[in-house]
Parts: sequence; structure tokens; C-alpha cells
Amino acid sequence: MVDPSLLTNPVYLLQNLVDGLARGAVYAVFALGFTLIFGVLDIVNLAHAATYMWCAFVGWIVMSEWGLPLPVGLLAAMLAGGLIAVGLEFVAFRPLRQEGAERLAPMISSIGASIIMVSLAETFFSAQTKRFPSGVLDPKPLYLGGTDGVRVSWAQLLIVVVSIVLMVGLGYLIRRTRTGKAIRAVAYSQRAARLLGINVNRIVVITFFIGGLLAGAAGILIGLLTNNIAPGIGAQIELRGLAVVILGGLGNIEGAVIGGLLLGLVETFTIAYFQKGGDYKDAIAFLILFLILLVRPNGLLGRKEANRA
Amino acid sequence: MQLRRGSLTLNLSVVLALVAMTLLAACGDPTATTAPAATTAVATTAASATTAAAATTAASAATTAASATTAAAGATTAATAGGKLSGEIKVAALLTLTGDNSVYGSSQKNALELAIGEINDNKFLGGATIKLVVLDDKGDKQEGISVMTKALEQEKVSAVLGPTLSATAFAADPLAQKAGIPVLGMSNTANGITEMGNFVFRNSLPESGVIPGVIDAVKAKSSPKKAAVLYEVTNEFTKSAYDVFKASLEKNGIQISGTESYNKGDTDFRTQLNKLKAGGPDILVVSGLIGEAIPIVQQAREVGITQPIVGGNGFNSPNIYKQAKDAAEGIVVGSAWFLGSPNPKSKAFVDAYKKKYNADPDQFSAQAYDAAYLMATALKTAGSTDAKAIRDALAGIKDFDGVLGKFSFDANRNPVHPPVVLTVKGGKFDVYG
Repeated sequence: MVDPSLLTNPVYLLQNLVDGLARGAVYAVFALGFTLIFGVLDIVNLAHAATYMWCAFVGWIVMSEWGLPLPVGLLAAMLAGGLIAVGLEFVAFRPLRQEGAERLAPMISSIGASIIMVSLAETFFSAQTKRFPSGVLDPKPLYLGGTDGVRVSWAQLLIVVVSIVLMVGLGYLIRRTRTGKAIRAVAYSQRAARLLGINVNRIVVITFFIGGLLAGAAGILIGLLTNNIAPGIGAQIELRGLAVVILGGLGNIEGAVIGGLLLGLVETFTIAYFQKGGDYKDAIAFLILFLILLVRPNGLLGRKEANRA
Repeated sequence: MQLRRGSLTLNLSVVLALVAMTLLAACGDPTATTAPAATTAVATTAASATTAAAATTAASAATTAASATTAAAGATTAATAGGKLSGEIKVAALLTLTGDNSVYGSSQKNALELAIGEINDNKFLGGATIKLVVLDDKGDKQEGISVMTKALEQEKVSAVLGPTLSATAFAADPLAQKAGIPVLGMSNTANGITEMGNFVFRNSLPESGVIPGVIDAVKAKSSPKKAAVLYEVTNEFTKSAYDVFKASLEKNGIQISGTESYNKGDTDFRTQLNKLKAGGPDILVVSGLIGEAIPIVQQAREVGITQPIVGGNGFNSPNIYKQAKDAAEGIVVGSAWFLGSPNPKSKAFVDAYKKKYNADPDQFSAQAYDAAYLMATALKTAGSTDAKAIRDALAGIKDFDGVLGKFSFDANRNPVHPPVVLTVKGGKFDVYG
């Protein structure tokens, strides 16, 4: 175990809460777009991680190479994500859907797309890790309660705030708008939606576009928090993203965010309160995931199939 | 809100299977590390027998050039060393050219191409030239095994330089040992590399040859009382460096106030650093590779660790201060070589490298450059492409005048030359002390 004085130290506890939420927000932001495509289209889009990685690079080019400010970088990355995702729909998913391919076929083609995208990134950007310039965000953190108090970096604050904004915004879009209604109809049954006169292909494109926007936001925010942009960053987060999607309930927007934050907190607290917790944080995190699924097989916020939609 | 879906159960099981598969793949890494450890143990016993034999061969070869022992080098060699070589001699370079650790591999590739170009242009081997076969090991064990197999079986090389990472070397070098082809590691610093067999060499000082000197220097300068340690647990090199750090700290009477670890690919180290900070350390010791080292250094400063950071060999790249910027100030690292070294060989190398690549060479390029010349010298001495002859000639190298200074191989084919202790000051490496 750790130093006993740490166990009862309230500042240490709060600090880990903050760091854990920020770590979890990374997973949450990533999982948002993932769960949307999952929920609406019934596709495990494994190219989502590659899209996210490309967006991080687009943001890096805009901010680091061209020297433009963060909001421009964020918008450019989101737009790039939207376009890449729509491109994927046309190249990797629509042809399969029209041919009425096997359920697993889109997942396989997304793996292929992902491999191609990662290889292209390695070719274009070399495999070396890129870093955002130091001027993008103030590297000096904020302190709550003096310099001995709780520390929050600007990147941490940004990612927690933006992940909540995106969650609320996406929830509003799906629930309150006409497009959202159409998206839900397509999610319920593409066939029924078509019979109601909904242009299913158009809705699918819109869904992919939104998913891509979210991947773009994730690329920039995570890039800022970890200061680590490389062709391999998608693979690092993909597994946890999938886990978070399942933990929250497939296709459940709020569930993805809560699942992400929970995973981040569990990992952080494992490291913080166990000796050499870094060795087995993954094991503990996934054990807890497994236990939760045993109790709630449809995920934290998931409902039984018949009661949904 | 919940979006309606098709057959949920099928999808869930597919995803769970995927998660399980990926987890297994991820776990494969740590479990695989035990395998090389086991093979190393076996190899050590085997090697201790062969090393003794090899050492005597080398020694006697050096003293009595024409004695009976040189017969082992083959009858073709005869007395005209260097004269018989002709045509193109293939030497493979297994380098990490993709992934985070490509920082090291690309430095090595530049330096090797520079050195081989010089060797061929200056007719160092008389009528023969060296053809460098560069293969990308991707910093991956499986890929390392595959390109080593390619080098040995398809390219039929006479010798191998590399691989870049110790972990890859532990996986791939046994193949060369088995085939009886000499391997010269240029950046493998983990313990136990040359124990893999009598055909395995390295010219990179092992951690045990550098770290104790670094800790001694830090102790002499700032006499720290407590040290916090952070290391990557999923890599042989960072683990073995951690062991050496731990032993050196204990030997110097520096108390270890906390030890934390992380996995390859982790990006958020704030929790570990925050915990280490609570122990009130006077120095932070980090055994990690460059990909993680940069965010660690930045986040250490962010959580308020202002104390000097002592790094392992992974910190030995100008990228540490180029990318970590101000956060890198005060880093202390032991090095086999230093850009500002007054050694004339080193100066000439720096000039040639700058002229060709318009960039400063780092320690890895210096070691790679010397490795190319060591191999060429061995080829020249052996006067043949017979693998055993090259091996014996390499093992016999003493007081080679190179970029790294006066260089010799010891009886275990490990390098002997003086290290330097560096610190980051004013945005670049400077001599510490």
C-alpha cells in the first residue's frame, strides 16, 4: 500500500479526482462519436480511431505549422474529421450496405480503412511523435486553494468542459431536432424509416459527419492534454473507447460520457492508492468493467432492447 | 436516450470478443518478456563456456598473429589480411524506422549511411565495398525476428548491425547466434545482451556502465537525500535500467521515497508524478524511452516537481530539450558521447554529419558511426567474409580510435570506453558538474 499519510490527505484525494475526471474525459470524448455510429448504424467503426488520429495531425498542422490559434485548429480538425468519416461511409460502408453484406463485413472493411489511414499517416508525417507548440495553452496550471492546493491544467479544464458541452449538444440534437428524430428512426429500423419517407442514405451521411466532428474534437483535445501526436495514438485509445461504449450502454450518449469518466477515475485511483498501481491499472479497470457487465449486461445506462428508442 | 439497435446480443458478443482479443494481444507483451529472460538464462550458461573459449581465441589471435589459433579464421585468410576482400559485402542494419522510437533509428540510419559512404569512397577495404541493407524492425519483437530472418536467409549478409531496441535484440539476436553470423548492437544497453552468445557484440555502453557514474556525479554535486523513481514496466531496457538506478541510489545512501511505473503508450502520468511528489524527493529518476519521456518531463513540471530529473539512456536525444522545451532544464543524463566532445575524430564526424544532413548528430548516430567502422575494421582484419573470422577479428579489437574515444571490447564483447555526464542547460546538452 501507499504512504498512510496520503490515504487521509484531502488535497491528494481531490487532486486525483480532478486528474481522474480529466483522464476519463479523454475516453468520454473519444467514445461519443464511436457510440453514435454504433447506435445508429449498428457498425463497429474501427476506423474511428484512425479518423481521430488524422484529426489530431490536421490540428497540429494548423496550429503548429501555420501558427493559427486554438479555435481555428479545433474547427479545422472537426471539419476534417467530418469529411474523413463521410468519405469512409462512401468508400468503406455504403457499398457493403447496398450489397447486403454480412453483419461483420463493415467492421472488417473499417479495419482495412484504419490500416490504410495509419500507413498513410506514417508516410506523410514520419513515425515521429509531434508536439503542439507551447504557446497554444498556458503550461502553468491553475491552483485552487494556493499552490499547495488542487492543480488543474488548462488542457484538463478544457477537455472536461468540452466533453460535457459535446454530450449535452449531441443529446439535444438527437432528441429535440428533426434531424435527430430521423436519426433515431434510422437507428430503430432502416427499413421502417425508408417506408416513412426518410432518405436513409442522407441520414447515414449526416450521422457519419457528426461522428467525424466528434472524432476531430477528440483529436485536438486529447492531443493538447497528452501532448503526444503520432500515427499510433488511435490504437492506444481504441480498446478503452470500445470498453467505454459498452460500459455506458451501446449507442447511449450520456452512458459513453459516464462510462469514460468512470474508467478514468478507476485507473487514476488504482495508481494513486496502490503501490506500483501503474503496473496493473488496466487489469483492475477491465475487471471492474467485467463485473459491471455481469450485473448490468446492457451497460450502465443501457435498457432492455424492447424498452429502447 | 437510447438508440434502437438490431440484434444486440450478437453485437455485444462480437465486441466483447474483440476486447478480449486486443487485451490478450496487449498482455502478450509482458508475458513475452519472460520468455527472452528464460532464454537469456539458458544462453548465459552456454555462453559462459563459449566466452571463455572465445576470449582465449581473441587474446591469442591478438598476440601471435600467425599462430595456430588463427587457423580457426579459415585457411583462406592466410597472411594477406585485407587483401583478399573483393566485390560487395552485405551488412544488414536492423533499425527502428517507424513508431515512437524511430527517433533513434533514423539517427542511426543517417550515421551508418555516412560511415559506409566514407568507407567505400576511401577504399577502406581495398577492392571491396560494403553494401548496407537497411531493414525496419519497427521497434517490435515479432518484426525484429522477421527482418533478422530476412537478413540471414534471403540477403545472406556477412554481419548484422542493430537492432535498435534491446527488447528487439533479445528476440532477434538468438537467430544470428544460431546461424553463426556476428551481430553488433549499437544502442542496446539492457543487461544481458551479449550473454545471448559469442556472436553478439555491442558498442553501446550498458546501463551498468553509465548509470552508477551519473548517480555518483549527482551525489557529488547536490547530495540529494531522497529520490523518487518512475519507470516503464513493459520494456526490458527500462526495467534493467531501473534495477541499476535502484542499486546505485542505495549504494550512495540515497533513500528511495517512492517508486511508480507505467506501461508503453501511456500518455497521462500526472497521477504517478503527483504521488511521487508527495514523498518530497530531491531528485526524480526516470527510466523511460523518449516517446513517454517528453510528456513525463512536461507533466512533472506541471504537477510542481521542480527538482532535477535524472534520466536513463532514453533521454539521450536532443528531442528531449527541443520538444519538452523549458521543462527539460535541469535534466541529468549519462551518455556515451557528447556533441561538444573535443576528440578530433568526433569533431570530424560532427562536421561531416552536419554537412550531409544539416542537423546535429546525437549519441545514437555517434555509436552507429563507430559501429560501421568497427565492422569494417573487423572485415579488413579478417580479410574474408567468413563469419567466424569476422567474429574473431571483432572480438580482438583493442584501443580502436573512434568517435567514442579509445574503444575496446572486453572479454564479454561489451564496450569499454569513458562515459560523460550531461545536463540540459539553456536549451541544450552541456557537461554536468
